[in-house]
Amino acid sequence: MQDWFEQAVRHSDAQGAAPIAGAHNAWELAVTGEQWRQATQNIGSGGGRLISLWASRDTGGENLVRAAFAADAGVLVLTLRLAGSQSHYPGIEQTFLSASRMQRAIADLSGLHSTAADQRPWLRHAAWPAAFHPLSDATIPDQTVPPVTDDYPFVPVEGEGVHEIPVGPVHAGIIEPGHFRFSIVGEKVLRLEQHLGYVHKGIERRFTELPLLEGHRLAARVSGDSAVAFSWAYCQALEGMSVARVPPRAIWLRALALELERLANHLGDLGALGNDAGFAVGLAQFSRLKEQLLRSTEHALGQRYLMDLVVPGGTRVDLSPSGADGLIDCIQSIATEVETLRAIYDEHSGLRDRFVGAGVVTPALAARLGLTGLAGRASGQGFDLRCDLPWDPYAELAPNKVVRTDGDVAARVAVRFDEVAESIRLVRQVVQQLPEGGHRRPMTAAAKGSWGIGLIEGWRGPVLLYLEAGDAGKILRCHPHDPSWQNWPVLEHAIIDNIVPDFPLINKSFNLSYSGHDL
Amino acid sequence: MWKTLRQIHRAGIATELPPSTDETLRVVAALQERILAVLGRALCIRAIDAGSCNGCELEIHALGNPLYNLEGLGIRFVASPRHADLLLVTGPVSRNMEVALRRTYDATPDPKLVVAVGDCGCTGGIFGESYASRGRVSNVIPVDVTVPGCPPSPRQILAGILTAISKTAPTGSASRGRA
Repeated sequence: MQDWFEQAVRHSDAQGAAPIAGAHNAWELAVTGEQWRQATQNIGSGGGRLISLWASRDTGGENLVRAAFAADAGVLVLTLRLAGSQSHYPGIEQTFLSASRMQRAIADLSGLHSTAADQRPWLRHAAWPAAFHPLSDATIPDQTVPPVTDDYPFVPVEGEGVHEIPVGPVHAGIIEPGHFRFSIVGEKVLRLEQHLGYVHKGIERRFTELPLLEGHRLAARVSGDSAVAFSWAYCQALEGMSVARVPPRAIWLRALALELERLANHLGDLGALGNDAGFAVGLAQFSRLKEQLLRSTEHALGQRYLMDLVVPGGTRVDLSPSGADGLIDCIQSIATEVETLRAIYDEHSGLRDRFVGAGVVTPALAARLGLTGLAGRASGQGFDLRCDLPWDPYAELAPNKVVRTDGDVAARVAVRFDEVAESIRLVRQVVQQLPEGGHRRPMTAAAKGSWGIGLIEGWRGPVLLYLEAGDAGKILRCHPHDPSWQNWPVLEHAIIDNIVPDFPLINKSFNLSYSGHDL
Repeated sequence: MWKTLRQIHRAGIATELPPSTDETLRVVAALQERILAVLGRALCIRAIDAGSCNGCELEIHALGNPLYNLEGLGIRFVASPRHADLLLVTGPVSRNMEVALRRTYDATPDPKLVVAVGDCGCTGGIFGESYASRGRVSNVIPVDVTVPGCPPSPRQILAGILTAISKTAPTGSASRGRA
């Protein structure tokens, strides 16, 4: 076990870290306010990474703030219990910069404030009053008054020749809404500030109205492009809490679905990135391959996007022999064509000109800001849960980790190409070695007060889901976390000193989620 | 360059013709004529995500791929509501997007059509109505056609767009764009 982990555990004095029931390589450590700050500093200096930060309220009505960290040794969840009417807790944004927005979201939704300097609202715009905290207050305030747009205090940039370009929330393409405020001189970007939260639709509160055995459907719709990752994370948490044994065939089918989801997204992105650099042929070719893959997926598993495949206790459907054959054929033809297209992308001088050196995030900056997932691996942050903390069946599948260090658009393109090749290999392996047997076992809801976590490396990065059982088989609390929380702030840095027309390309090379972030 | 051309040649034309016995063939063949009769030019669509999970956007994107080849039918997506004839709206409408959706609707010149896409756009879907969600699109702006599905397939979305067009009378208020 690593130093930081031991330090964190040792600092808890008498109480040691306890394994989280049903979770893989994961421990919980209850801390006091002072220990919380010390432990997070130890974790930060020991190379641990913040996965997520959220607040919850236990069945007795007491507020808890929880933070999940990952390192090679495993996952540690720190739990800080706030006594009675206490509504402030020590912020950890000095050690983990990405915590800042998570802390602001906690203030909006749960009314618990960190000690951080930035106390601007984040997910709450003006659609509901500041005094209402959706995750703490049962009664919804009167909302018959028409909504107004609020005046969000962007950080002003001043100087000769500086002006602002506001973009969004409605964007020019077929993409999700968000606001970008550029401060520029000429065409060079001095500063980008994001204002997100436009697609906040109350997912976390909605979870508390659902039975435990139905929450996976909502989890799959946290971010539509990561349906398998979120629904698997949900089911992993729930199955851990219920100590349910999932049939091996179902576990492998879930891995098949996760790799198909990764493939579809990477193929789509590779086409879009070519298009954003003026190479329309790339979009035509890759979108054709993606469509073939989606049709083959539908034939094999019943849906183009696998919104309802992963269910508690297994999978909704099994893979038929003809579906398996179709998938293998499809994957084979995609593999050949992607190889050809990669050579075209690599040799196209126009594409190289736009890709290389655009939107650079150096490995040092990436480490400082906590860049994660696919974008992190393009900036030397060699972390992939499938390899580092492999859950079933990934220990057996043994994926190869893809890491680049250039940190530019070209590196994020290269990581996608490499991961496409690797996912094709994994899909083939899963289909060929799929264990026999059933694909679903009935499950019972977990006991009141039990909680668990699910942790899955989705195509964008690590997806975490915290789940707590309430009364009568209902969900007490569910917090889904998308890696976009970590990566959005890094995009603000990646664009500095680039020109405005390169923003769509750089933005696309990250392809972050709005819905998965805004919740 | 040669590699690119060879790949284009090898891939060929992937665009699918509707099956010959299918009624859609007649519809599609008549579509361009219809669009021209109604609008006097290509149908311009502005897509608005008013709070969706992004699933519907993926399928709207797919309409542009070579197999559906939306532009080949004389339909294209535009960057501004001021250029649009039809708004393709996904939901549920989040309260944080309500003002932006209304403003986009108001910025679209009359006559305009609105197609609500996906279960959430049609009914509020799994998210429903809450402190943060207004639910279905028609709770906020008038809707002409709804396309259910989670997400609906590109063909279903295309059918919804075609339905909206064929509902429009080629006379009366729809004379815009003709020389």
